[in-house]
Amino acid sequence: MDLLSGELEVEKHVQYILSLEEKKDSLESVAMDYLRMNGAYWGLTTLDLLGKLGTVDRDEVISWVMQCHHESGGFAGNVGHDPHILYTLSAVQVLALFDKLDVLDIDKLSDYISGLQNEDGSFSGDIWGEVDTRFSYIAICCLSLLHQLDKINTEKAVEYIVSCQNLDGGFGCTPGGESHAGQIFCCVGALAITGCLHHINKDLLGWWLCERQVKDGGLNGRPEKLPDVCYSWWVLSSLIMIDRVHWIDKEKLAGFILDCQDKENGGISDRPNDAVDVYHTYFGVAGLSHLEYPGLKAIDPAYALPVDVINKIFFGRK
Amino acid sequence: MSSDEEEEERIPISERKEWLDVKPIPQDEGLNPVVPIAYRDDFRETMDYFRAVYLSDERSPRSFYLTTEAIHFNPGNYTVWHFRRLVLESLGVNLHDELNFIESIAKVNSKNYQIWHHRRWVAEKLGTEVVKAELDFTKKILFLDAKNYHAWSHRQWVLQALGGWEDELDYCQKLLEEDIFNNSAWNQRYFVVTRSPILGGLEVMRESEVKYTVDAILSNPENESPWRYLRGLYKGDTSSFIQDPEISSMFLKVLKTKNNYVFALSLLLDLVCHGFELNEEFKEAVEPLRPSQPDPPESNFAIIICSVLETIDPLRSNYWTWRKSNVTS
Repeated sequence: MDLLSGELEVEKHVQYILSLEEKKDSLESVAMDYLRMNGAYWGLTTLDLLGKLGTVDRDEVISWVMQCHHESGGFAGNVGHDPHILYTLSAVQVLALFDKLDVLDIDKLSDYISGLQNEDGSFSGDIWGEVDTRFSYIAICCLSLLHQLDKINTEKAVEYIVSCQNLDGGFGCTPGGESHAGQIFCCVGALAITGCLHHINKDLLGWWLCERQVKDGGLNGRPEKLPDVCYSWWVLSSLIMIDRVHWIDKEKLAGFILDCQDKENGGISDRPNDAVDVYHTYFGVAGLSHLEYPGLKAIDPAYALPVDVINKIFFGRK
Repeated sequence: MSSDEEEEERIPISERKEWLDVKPIPQDEGLNPVVPIAYRDDFRETMDYFRAVYLSDERSPRSFYLTTEAIHFNPGNYTVWHFRRLVLESLGVNLHDELNFIESIAKVNSKNYQIWHHRRWVAEKLGTEVVKAELDFTKKILFLDAKNYHAWSHRQWVLQALGGWEDELDYCQKLLEEDIFNNSAWNQRYFVVTRSPILGGLEVMRESEVKYTVDAILSNPENESPWRYLRGLYKGDTSSFIQDPEISSMFLKVLKTKNNYVFALSLLLDLVCHGFELNEEFKEAVEPLRPSQPDPPESNFAIIICSVLETIDPLRSNYWTWRKSNVTS
């Protein structure tokens, strides 16, 4: 495809991500230290998509990841923190990138996750009981990567997710919650992984999703909200999973993402000329991968990991 | 930090009498500091002392106070909130005071998951006595950002778990008067109309809701939300939808303005595909919107509508082309 609106500054983005490691003592970095596991997943996956995962010290990363492992079986966001399902998925995804899932005590981890399932099929984030369809996706994605889906009640899990489906075809965080592209990604992803996409009205949802595209080509997450690069992932992945991605203008979206780069210092922001962060850098690059931007590795829309990583896990080959 | 606290000089914890027996524990992976700034040292010190009481599991008033300080520095740290809950439970802290604390933090960190979760945890413990407090709290947050997803999610939980439905439809009304484009308020309106134990359900409410929605559409036909809301009102009852004269009249009004008619045509297309018959008045309203007369001229109005949409909504032209291919003559 013809992308003359701008170039992806690969080297600058790689340097930006690597520099985050060095800036560990900056105020911003210290303030975000409790979610470093998420940050590691965003940064490392982006590097892999750009073909530069080899620039990091694999053993150092894995050693740090395992220091975040809690005796309950879950992972914390950083050393010395409490476990949570959010960081457990990121940890598993990071290990998958390095093909080191074998360092895990899979039974213990699976027990931690299955222990978070509630009677109605929903999942809590941790021992404190917060419920959200995000956690349904996380549980299903994580266990599927470890071939342990049978450890949970998938039928009830699916039932709960379907109960969060709204009339517009979208999904909210809980039943009756406003349809939101992030929640939609989680529900569609969970249904895709469990082989239950037949519960979705793909035409109806596809239309709702393609209506997220605004004039400048970017995507928003709900009607009448501003576009944001992160929706390049949530909306785009969802459209791909239901085979409706051709309903948006892909070229215009790619142009929007490229406009959100900081071409001087690297990194991508939520919308043009805003401050960059690793979260939006990941979603921008992942979105461009979905749009088949040349030179990027393909990324799996449901597992949010490079396709070659997924192939290794499910088919034993790269 | 609140402005009151900024005026007070912060005494370093190492100089406070009540902390002299505690040895602070630094972060395991500390590296060379970039630029030492006073603010950062305060933060680091607070977290070093927090780490000490957390690891020794000290559930005391001073620990509790320390979590307050840590939260002021960094409200996203879920481990601090986790420990605060443990201490709260052990000490039997006044939960009403806790609600006030959460409110003060939430106002400046309204999209923080930890804060909202903590709020729900406290509210759940207090039960129905706080229904008004919770509705008032979410109202304050929504006043600052009327689409805050967390606030709406909390509000929906409050209604279903604790009650308080009486004024909810009025509240939605008020928010929509302030911003008719607020999709969250429309969603909440649907939530109330379909789930409120007081109102009688969708069937009972439909007539008045259709009137309200049609008015909203006529004042801003480019507004996506009321169109979706309208579809929701007729859920599972397309024939009523098709037969409602108010709906027909609404379509004609919008089309005749020759302006902002994308959503109107999109809904019209769906209804036509479900058996809605276009009379002469409709055909005359759609005709002038056609980009050009194709050769041979098209007489199937569903196809004509698709062609118009392909032209006026180019971002989604592939979708409209697909819709066109699905039209059966």
